[in-house]
Amino acid sequence: MSNSTHSAPQDSKAQPVYLVDGARTPFIKARGRPGPFTPVDLAVQCGRPLLLRQPLPRSVFDMVILGCVNVVSEEMNPARVAALRLGMGDGMPAFTVQINCGSGMQSIDTAFRYIRSGDADLILAGGAEALSHAPLLFRQQAVNWFAELAAARSASGRLRALAGFRPSYLKPVIGLERGLTDPVVAMNMGQTAEQLAHLFNISREQADAYAARSQQRLHQAQQDEVFEREIEPAFAADGKVYTYDDGVRPDSSVERLARLKPAFEPPFGRVTAGNSSQITDGACWVILASEKAVEHHGLQPIARILDSEWAALDPAVMGLGPVLSSTPILQRHALALGDIDLWEINEAFAAQVLACLRAWNDRDFCQSILKLEQAAGQLDEDILNVHGGAIGVGHPVGTSGNRIVLHLANALRLLNKKRGIATECIGGGQGGAMLLERV
Amino acid sequence: MTDNDNLTRRLESRHRELAQDTGQFRHWRVYRDDSQLLWVYLDRARSEVNTLDGEVLDEFDTILDGLEEKPPRALILRSLKPRGFCAGADVGQFADLNAEQIAALIGQGHRTLDRLENLAQPTVAVIHGHCLGGGLEVALACRFRIGLAGNLEAGFPEIRLGLHPGLGGTFRLLERSGSVTAMRMMLTGSSAHERQLLTRGLVDYLVEERHLEGAVKKLLNEAVTGRSQRHLSWIQRLANSYPARQILSRRMLAAAERSAPARHYPAPAALVELWRRQGGNRGRMQTAEQESFVRLTGTAASRNLVRVFSLREGLLQAVKEENRIRQVHIIGAGAMGGDIAAWCALQGLQVSLADLKVEPIAAAIGSLGGLGRRRHKSAIEIRNARDRLIPDPRGHGVEQADLVIEAVPENLQIKTSIHQAVEPRLKDGAILATNTSSIPLEKLATLLQRPERLVGIHFFNPVASMQVVEIVSHQGTSESARQQAMAFSKAIGKLPVAVKSYPGFLVNRALTPYLLEAALLLDEGLDRELIDRVAVEFGMPMGPLELADQVGLDICLDVADMLRNLLDSPMAEVPAWMREKVKKGELGRKTGQGIYTWQKGKAQKQGKGPEPDAGTRQACQDRLILPMLNACAECYRERVVSGPEHLDAALIFATGFAPFRGGPIHYAQSLGLETVRQRLSELAAAHGPRFEPDAGWQEL
Repeated sequence: MSNSTHSAPQDSKAQPVYLVDGARTPFIKARGRPGPFTPVDLAVQCGRPLLLRQPLPRSVFDMVILGCVNVVSEEMNPARVAALRLGMGDGMPAFTVQINCGSGMQSIDTAFRYIRSGDADLILAGGAEALSHAPLLFRQQAVNWFAELAAARSASGRLRALAGFRPSYLKPVIGLERGLTDPVVAMNMGQTAEQLAHLFNISREQADAYAARSQQRLHQAQQDEVFEREIEPAFAADGKVYTYDDGVRPDSSVERLARLKPAFEPPFGRVTAGNSSQITDGACWVILASEKAVEHHGLQPIARILDSEWAALDPAVMGLGPVLSSTPILQRHALALGDIDLWEINEAFAAQVLACLRAWNDRDFCQSILKLEQAAGQLDEDILNVHGGAIGVGHPVGTSGNRIVLHLANALRLLNKKRGIATECIGGGQGGAMLLERV
Repeated sequence: MTDNDNLTRRLESRHRELAQDTGQFRHWRVYRDDSQLLWVYLDRARSEVNTLDGEVLDEFDTILDGLEEKPPRALILRSLKPRGFCAGADVGQFADLNAEQIAALIGQGHRTLDRLENLAQPTVAVIHGHCLGGGLEVALACRFRIGLAGNLEAGFPEIRLGLHPGLGGTFRLLERSGSVTAMRMMLTGSSAHERQLLTRGLVDYLVEERHLEGAVKKLLNEAVTGRSQRHLSWIQRLANSYPARQILSRRMLAAAERSAPARHYPAPAALVELWRRQGGNRGRMQTAEQESFVRLTGTAASRNLVRVFSLREGLLQAVKEENRIRQVHIIGAGAMGGDIAAWCALQGLQVSLADLKVEPIAAAIGSLGGLGRRRHKSAIEIRNARDRLIPDPRGHGVEQADLVIEAVPENLQIKTSIHQAVEPRLKDGAILATNTSSIPLEKLATLLQRPERLVGIHFFNPVASMQVVEIVSHQGTSESARQQAMAFSKAIGKLPVAVKSYPGFLVNRALTPYLLEAALLLDEGLDRELIDRVAVEFGMPMGPLELADQVGLDICLDVADMLRNLLDSPMAEVPAWMREKVKKGELGRKTGQGIYTWQKGKAQKQGKGPEPDAGTRQACQDRLILPMLNACAECYRERVVSGPEHLDAALIFATGFAPFRGGPIHYAQSLGLETVRQRLSELAAAHGPRFEPDAGWQEL
């Protein structure tokens, strides 16, 4: 069963933590070659306008925390590189956090804990990921061959080492594929979704219907200019500008989706490219502040972060992470599923989100796994991912957790709702959740 | 929060203080370290940069005297100025001297550098930043040179002052770099940067400051073993042979003639001739170099070019304050706004660039890379500049900006509505600037709550290559706003010229009659190529018709109409065909068709045009140039600019007005003011009142 680390909201010394503002880049679909931005480029693109619109100098932050999974070799500790490139000053401490798909939320959670304990007042927390830049790797045998060649001291030794070359050494390993495969249970992420579809009896049609609706919600939200303040255009060095999430498919429908082949487990699988999240590049930042910082700088927060939770489970069913991490928060605050006004559950896979909903509505699961007295109930899909999710927007892994928290805050304000939970499943068998309240 | 920005620079400046001052000399610091190396630092008194003059070299001679009684192991020469080794000889020093005095001064310099070159001990010049002209000549007289990586730049810009190197630079550079490279450097006056110094043999090592000690030690070891002498390749030696010199010099002369015709600029030909005749013999070349140099200092071209150099310094000295502007907000990402933004970002400022549309902002960002590469910026520097240029389609940058520059189309209503929206959002002490070229500032000022913050910062197109910006004050502009605008312009590497709000300000007021008269000449049936040719032969960088196309006929028309409306002085009528062209969208270079057809940024001309006869040439030249001089007299009378020196400088650096003529007022004075007035009166009688000599001539 799950172990969990939870916060202590009742602690009388706990300082309130505000989410003041945030901005992200458009999420740019990976198109088979490195995109125009590295992770730090992306973080700089949305960080600059965000900092520019604040009534405070950019050097007054206490620290910068950035989630990033696929760090590129030119940008070790991308948080610090970003802080410097954002002009926040030589004296700005910055560190990078990594919990796979939860990294962007982990940065917020770390900042949240610093501020809540009174150790910091103002933190820039973000996520950045450029999946299109994931490297091609040499095979291990090829690496060994290189090493032998380099170590050979004599001409004959070098010749012998050279002769050991095999053409297969030239075939690269795609880093992204490796990263999306669980090294313990040897299943890739899509296979874990297939497993959930099987365990919770989710059909291909149901998954496709969910995906089509997600695309339509995103398209509608774009038409309604819902992301007006949330998305800042990204400007590439060659003079090209990116203004919206280009994974959107306004023409998406159940019929069209039905034509796609299973992506991970053909020919019988139910998970396709169409009902999975897209591989994209993108970054997102939020500004978190203490009460003191809010007053001192005259900030106008959007939301208050009330609580957070991390949970872990069998990697083969990692998609249930949202259920395992959100439920303890509900319990601590004595809230029912229906007491939450808005939900953001990261759409790694349509089948995976639907599995979460079914798990909450499954008495046996709730009793035996969550230790509830009865089923938590049916989560109303009208308040779930109201402006679409990763199926249309895309899922730059280290960024998504940050995006859903920021969007939840913005959506609470836009729709005039009170409470919301943002939650995500995490490859490797974990889940993260965060409870927000509109200010 | 700790204040630890730029920690490295602060620690480095501490390092420089280690050179103790013995107080023996005004311009030098000398100290002997434990290993008997004599460190000699050039540190010119009361100056930000090192320059050479008789006094500095005399003191150096005294230092060399001191070596004899107690010889050091080696002599290391370097500079204590953060900006560089030495910017060259003090060019002003020749102004009041006659030929014999200059010859004596130069002769003394040669003896000092020969002494340095012939010292028994090894000598090492450690150069950083700029090492130009006389500075490079001193460095070349040392046995070794070590370059400190960073902003290293070395060269001989003398040609731009109508001179060539005169302290032994000609033959010493030939010996170091080979004749082809050396002659190219001296003829173009362009510098070698960083690694180019290594490949051209100008430095033995290019290292970071932290490896200086190691490099010195290595060179001194090699000096003992004699392994270090660098030799020219056989091909380089061949290029310096007598027959090769005869052939190559002809090609050099032809190239020089194209960019700086010998009848206006005698120096390139003198340098080529010096090399052609004496390049094979060091001793004869040394004598001939001095003779040629002294002769050139006496030419009008050189005197005027040196004067232009000091006029430039004069403009910069008018800037009294330190720049406090760190963050700039620019409204309007059109050609001007976008280029201003990219330029400021490359110069190290934080910039936010606002526009209603994202595409022009993106275009500005796209153009930054090329701009930076042309300025020798590295990929990282360009990326950092791009990071500093913040696209700001929503205009959030106003509140944080120290300076807001409005660069939207020339429309009073658009401008005033933007100013009024921006003004309440400005932070305390911020300045509001407009890049208008034609709207009087008073009109923009009246609607502001605090008009004292409004100043004009008028950039010229193209921003990257035009050095001048006009700083325009209206009656109510505060002195501090004006000074900050000047300081800002200097900080971004521009030449600020303070002008009063006057129709067309200074530059456009002076230039427009010249452009209009060219249009009239065209109407009278003169060939367009011929008109442009006359102006170019006078010494303008391009002819008036080509310039009109370059600026844009629409803009010329706007300015001309505005001047006609606002000025008392009579102006030429804008020809109907010009209005017609603007209406048809034939605006010049930017649309590919204007007076000329343009392809790939070049006017398509029918050759050079016909050779004018002497009478036509003179008549044409007078009609083009004299109205410009007349407008300058008017600007002087109206006190648009603070004095004739600033006026001359502004016209030279903004319009390229024949630099070897020393500027319009100086040129008029050299012709004789009475002659100019008389000629204008004659033209007025023949062609109309627009030529009436201005009352300003009497005040000059």
